[in-house]
Amino acid sequence: MENNAKQEEEKGEVVVNPWEVSSTTGKIDYDKLIDKFGCQRLEETLIQRVERLTSQPPHVFLRRGVFFAHRDFNEILDAYERGEKFYLYTGRGPSSEALHLGHLVPFMFTKYLQDTFKVPLVIQLTDDEKCIWKNLSVEESQRLARENAKDIIACGFDITRTFIFSDFDFVGGAFYKNMVKVAKCVTVNKVVGIFGFTNEDIIAKISFPPVQAVPSFPSSFPHLFSGRDNLRCLIPCAIDQDPYFRMTRDVAPRLGYQKPALIESAFFPALQGETGKMSASDPNSAIYVTDSGKDIKNKVNKYAFSGGQDSIENHRKYGANLEVDIPVKYLSFFLEDDAEVEHIKKEYGAGRMLTGEVKKRLIEVLTEVVERHRRARAAVTEEMVDAFMAVRPMPNMFN
Amino acid sequence: MGFSKEQLLARLKELQIPFVTYEHPVVMTVDAQDKKNRLYIISALADTRVDLKVLSTRLGLGKGGLRMAPEETLQEILQVPLGCVTPFSVINESARLVLISRHSASSSRVEDTEQSHISLLLDQGFRAQDCCFFHPLSNDMTICKRKRMVVRLSGFDFLKEISTALKSQDLDKFLRSIGKESPYVDLEANPPVGKDQPPDLASFVPSGSTVLPDPPETASSNLPSSTNHTSLDDKSPVVTAKVAKTSSNSQKVDGKPSKAVNPSVSSFSSGQLLDEIVDKAATLVLSEITKDTINQHGEQLGLVVSNSIRKYLGSELKYLAVIYKNTAYTEGFHAGIHYQPKRL
Repeated sequence: MENNAKQEEEKGEVVVNPWEVSSTTGKIDYDKLIDKFGCQRLEETLIQRVERLTSQPPHVFLRRGVFFAHRDFNEILDAYERGEKFYLYTGRGPSSEALHLGHLVPFMFTKYLQDTFKVPLVIQLTDDEKCIWKNLSVEESQRLARENAKDIIACGFDITRTFIFSDFDFVGGAFYKNMVKVAKCVTVNKVVGIFGFTNEDIIAKISFPPVQAVPSFPSSFPHLFSGRDNLRCLIPCAIDQDPYFRMTRDVAPRLGYQKPALIESAFFPALQGETGKMSASDPNSAIYVTDSGKDIKNKVNKYAFSGGQDSIENHRKYGANLEVDIPVKYLSFFLEDDAEVEHIKKEYGAGRMLTGEVKKRLIEVLTEVVERHRRARAAVTEEMVDAFMAVRPMPNMFN
Repeated sequence: MGFSKEQLLARLKELQIPFVTYEHPVVMTVDAQDKKNRLYIISALADTRVDLKVLSTRLGLGKGGLRMAPEETLQEILQVPLGCVTPFSVINESARLVLISRHSASSSRVEDTEQSHISLLLDQGFRAQDCCFFHPLSNDMTICKRKRMVVRLSGFDFLKEISTALKSQDLDKFLRSIGKESPYVDLEANPPVGKDQPPDLASFVPSGSTVLPDPPETASSNLPSSTNHTSLDDKSPVVTAKVAKTSSNSQKVDGKPSKAVNPSVSSFSSGQLLDEIVDKAATLVLSEITKDTINQHGEQLGLVVSNSIRKYLGSELKYLAVIYKNTAYTEGFHAGIHYQPKRL
């Protein structure tokens, strides 16, 4: 299966791996991606099941299809129904200080999962990965990891059941033992097939994948899960991280461990549209959490790609192209009220609502999100980061 | 009310920043302001060349954006006399929050209020120096930072200027305690600034969060603006560095959901937290009960209002609660790791 993936990549169609996401056609066909990767669509029935089991409305991202694919999520729900718990694992590669809303998406969803299922969470900051791939110094990547940790904490995780760790600080002991066990089960050929490494790549790259794989195994965290070797793991992530966990799921049975389950999200579009690339060097390609209300207004009005027609008459006649319209897409991520989103889509698609109005609503919504984040971020102190990152017991993590 | 030097020294003691008094040569400070009346304090070592034009471009203000600030501005905002502007002057509450309103007219309506800070730029050479000296808010004394507490007092009568020695990271600690990050900059560098290279110091341009304009009818129910809770007012444990936040005008967003965006006050005490919750609920209820809605819903109004409270406030308040919980845990954790067991 990996060989086919490589061939398709060479054909120049769609490239999706942890370091590159691109498509020659501009748009990513998620159905094809699900087939190619071998994961499953998150069906409506599963969403309803979540609602039933947790007695709470499903998260916006589930309702709007942002998190749209999974592996074994139904088994996690089965286990949960039987009274068996699980833990969450997610992470971030701290490549830059500036975080934008797209970066927050997996964390916002993970917070929802933590709150509704009342389970513990481990968050991995892959400072070593960024040191390797982005050629940062060790100190710089560690510093960025700490800075990013503050924004992650600001998403509202519960300190009594969340453990944040950076690879440079934490790798060793039981964690490293699992890394070696995983590395013993994967050949160079395999990682070349999965990740596209070459003979010219530095060995740091080739030896990195086990680092991201082993947090899926509870024995990597003896201070948290000792004696619970059968604890299952659920990994919310963006779909480009799937290769790591395909590898992990392949290896797990050979080590006698449970396979981790995954719940995967689509990509957050750049302001300029699906074909645009969100890049750290272009501040106008995304809304950053440090943007002021004025910045947000300016960026949305000036740079958000509109699906509206070029003239008012045409717009009233033909309506807007909702497929490519960015404001509507962003609203579907962040506007909680289903009825309002439906209304906007209907009116805008029919041409009765104008782009300006949609953008205005988007600015309000985004400003609120960013304000709330900024406020939470300001409450995060160095001591709080230290506490989240301390290797400490969490006695009530399942209550 | 400006800080006196005694208060400043007391504050430093509180933060457990060790200091020693000393004599030494002085540091230059440049007080600049740009077209939008934002102020910058640029502190440099005596032999660093500071070119205002270059700094201006690096800040993204164009070539002529920066000029020396007039004395009245200094007096009013930093509350120090000329020649005494130093990084420590940002301790003054007034320096942290400057309200600039255009046409502050007779009505209570404030249009387009911009809140900005004073931006502080420190020469990166300070970090390398053993000792840096700043006037602690008065010109008969100077504070110096030194890595080691070596005191060489060659006779007090020479000491026109007494100074205090601080370690470089302690200045950072101090700055953080009043809400400023360590803004070390290479003041001599002259990088090209163009389309591909955005101004590298652009992040230092003070920009507060501009709030949406205030509709006049709800002006009365808005909470007072510019209550700046500084870490100095909190009775907080000495070593915890709390970030002082700027407050924003409480606003109503026009449109169907009437939500109140409240001042971003760090709720570290349970009293403050509860006050805030009650305020938010009260403003929301007030906004929901208008003539129209009474007519519309009649007896059902109570139900409607309570539903909307649940919907809009629910998640908002959960966030507040998480912040509070995490803060309380952190303080306990910190106390725990510094706990000294009873002597046997």
